Amino acid sequence: MKAGTVFDEMWADGSSIRRPYKNIKTWLDGEERNSLKAKRRDANDLFRLTGITFNVYGSEEGEERLIPFDIVPRVITSNEWTKICKGLEQRVRAINAFLYDIYHDQEIVKAGVLPLEMLKNNPAFLLQMMGVNPPGQIYTHISGVDIIRTAENEFYVLEDNVRTPSGVSYMLENRETMLQMFPELFTKNRVQPIQNYPQELLYSLKHTLPETAENKPTVCLLTPGLYNSAYFEHAFLADQMGIELVQGNDLKVVDGFLAMRTTQGHRKVDVVYKRLDDEFLDPLNFNEKSSLGVPGLFDVYRKGRVTIANAPGTGIADDKAMYSFMPEIVQFYSGEFPLLQNVPTWRCAIKDQLNYVLDNIHKLVIKQVHGSGGYGMMIGPTATKKDIANFRRKLIATPQDYIAQPTLSLSTVPIFTNKGFAPRHVDLRPFVQMSPEKINIVPGGLTRVAMSKGSLVVNSSQGGGTKDTWVLEN
Amino acid sequence: MLGNTANGLFWTYRLLERAENMSRLIETGQRIALTRLNSSDKQWLYVMQTAAVSAEYKKYYKKVEKETALDWMLKHPKNNSSILSSITSARQNAKMVRHALTTDVWEAINGSFLDIQNLLKGKIRERDLSIILRTIKQSAALVRGATYGTMLRNEEYDFCRLGTFIERADNTARILDVKYYVLLPSAKAVGTSIDNVQWETILRSDRLRGFRREYGQRGPGDIAKFLF
Repeated sequence: MKAGTVFDEMWADGSSIRRPYKNIKTWLDGEERNSLKAKRRDANDLFRLTGITFNVYGSEEGEERLIPFDIVPRVITSNEWTKICKGLEQRVRAINAFLYDIYHDQEIVKAGVLPLEMLKNNPAFLLQMMGVNPPGQIYTHISGVDIIRTAENEFYVLEDNVRTPSGVSYMLENRETMLQMFPELFTKNRVQPIQNYPQELLYSLKHTLPETAENKPTVCLLTPGLYNSAYFEHAFLADQMGIELVQGNDLKVVDGFLAMRTTQGHRKVDVVYKRLDDEFLDPLNFNEKSSLGVPGLFDVYRKGRVTIANAPGTGIADDKAMYSFMPEIVQFYSGEFPLLQNVPTWRCAIKDQLNYVLDNIHKLVIKQVHGSGGYGMMIGPTATKKDIANFRRKLIATPQDYIAQPTLSLSTVPIFTNKGFAPRHVDLRPFVQMSPEKINIVPGGLTRVAMSKGSLVVNSSQGGGTKDTWVLEN
Repeated sequence: MLGNTANGLFWTYRLLERAENMSRLIETGQRIALTRLNSSDKQWLYVMQTAAVSAEYKKYYKKVEKETALDWMLKHPKNNSSILSSITSARQNAKMVRHALTTDVWEAINGSFLDIQNLLKGKIRERDLSIILRTIKQSAALVRGATYGTMLRNEEYDFCRLGTFIERADNTARILDVKYYVLLPSAKAVGTSIDNVQWETILRSDRLRGFRREYGQRGPGDIAKFLF
């Protein structure tokens, strides 16, 4: 642990334990290493039994891997959380308003705040969505806003995920596992419960209905299928919410409405919680090669006869170049200063900024504008000369495809390793649910942790793990 | 329920029954091989014929030997009806219709799959057979118990049972088919002690105790009636 340069959430400056972690420290001190090792094995067995495995794209048999789970919880105080929530609500409302605006009158462009180039020729901007009015005017039913911490009171938004944010099943299963393995922890610590997430999501979806919905609305979850890396989560959520898990071929447009093919005939569907990319949603309106979607689904949507969550076209708010405009976006739609800060970002599309980036490339994190999963990025301070030369070439060739950010030192939380406890970098993904009625944020979210010493890459697709996240009651 | 869900449930249970049935056939085969003085590796051909996997076997092996026959029926990757293939497909199907199953049933199926997959890793020695077969039977019982104990008696349940019973009927019919047209040395042997011993051994693979209670110590005609 490098004292003074990295904020450790348990030890702060290294001299004494921070209050939120005091009980945890006492607990850990009282446990024998072998017993903790055994518990870690138990946790892995539980995850395998429940089937929380992860298919890695590109690996030979699509082997099933476990996402590493660490037994030391990550703790957030109630006060810290209240502040974070205020910022999240402000941000998500602004993003939703932004989406409505750019797919209607584009006031933000007319006001000169957002250059039109950001929308033109951007593959994430769906022309098909122009003028479409989603039920309840909600685009971002579920958002995953990634947050990092660099000091006691310094939080930054790293990324907005408003297409198909995932990870909530790990959040829920991690808590379940901790409850089963260490029940004593929950009598000594008053942790805000999270188990209601699925019920609350269902409530949220059932209150964002198309006008054509009747008394008992039908909600379903559309999955690309078994070989998708997040399939477990799709099945898990459908199960927990008590809704049908469907694939494209289970749905059909019948008499101008969307219907499911059931053993009792066609049944009208009012809400589709989609977990596939917009591109594959409807071969008649988007990518014609897609066999994952439903022909004509988007026409039904356009007519206001079905809710799709999240709405098609939200990807425009998801990309890393748009991220750099978020402070302006929040300000424009809320009329307030953003409560949650953005990480300073250089847009390589702009010549001056590109020059700065090229001059300082070894200090910066370079990210692809349309990337995800931690792929296609370079972390200057730890990159090889070869990587840096590579990226330099890419930046010069297609600067508009990249942004750069300073290398922030994410906070650390201890993990349990074979040699004892050691600090590792973490981030946080809270999940924000939105309906016309209200915004609901489940306490905590998913804490992702880089399992390798010194690594800043927390993505599960690259070996990252997760922790149970606690928001303490007052 | 979705049509595809009905299909998935049907096949999950059908494939589980298939795996269990194969394990009982292997058990029977082993018993005949161990308890009859003049038995030979040829017995294993009859077992494979009963399971309808002998034709495929012959594509890969010239001779019928105990080792290769066992490997074929237990886990050979080219045998779609091997125990490992059946239980892997069953679990795959269950994964697809997981939301239609209770947690108990899913965990029974998944847990069984993980255990059996583990037991079938590497070379199987004959002495390992006992624990493997027992694990498979116990797993089947666990799934059956979880199904009986936690599933609602609705359409989903009906499709599960349908899968189980169609496979069972199919397998029983095969046993009868093979028994009379293959196993017996000649038509004159019908009704003799050889016939009875063979039947008894086959019944062991199925439900002997049930039979004894129902019919007592009787002949093949009753056995046939029982099986039907």
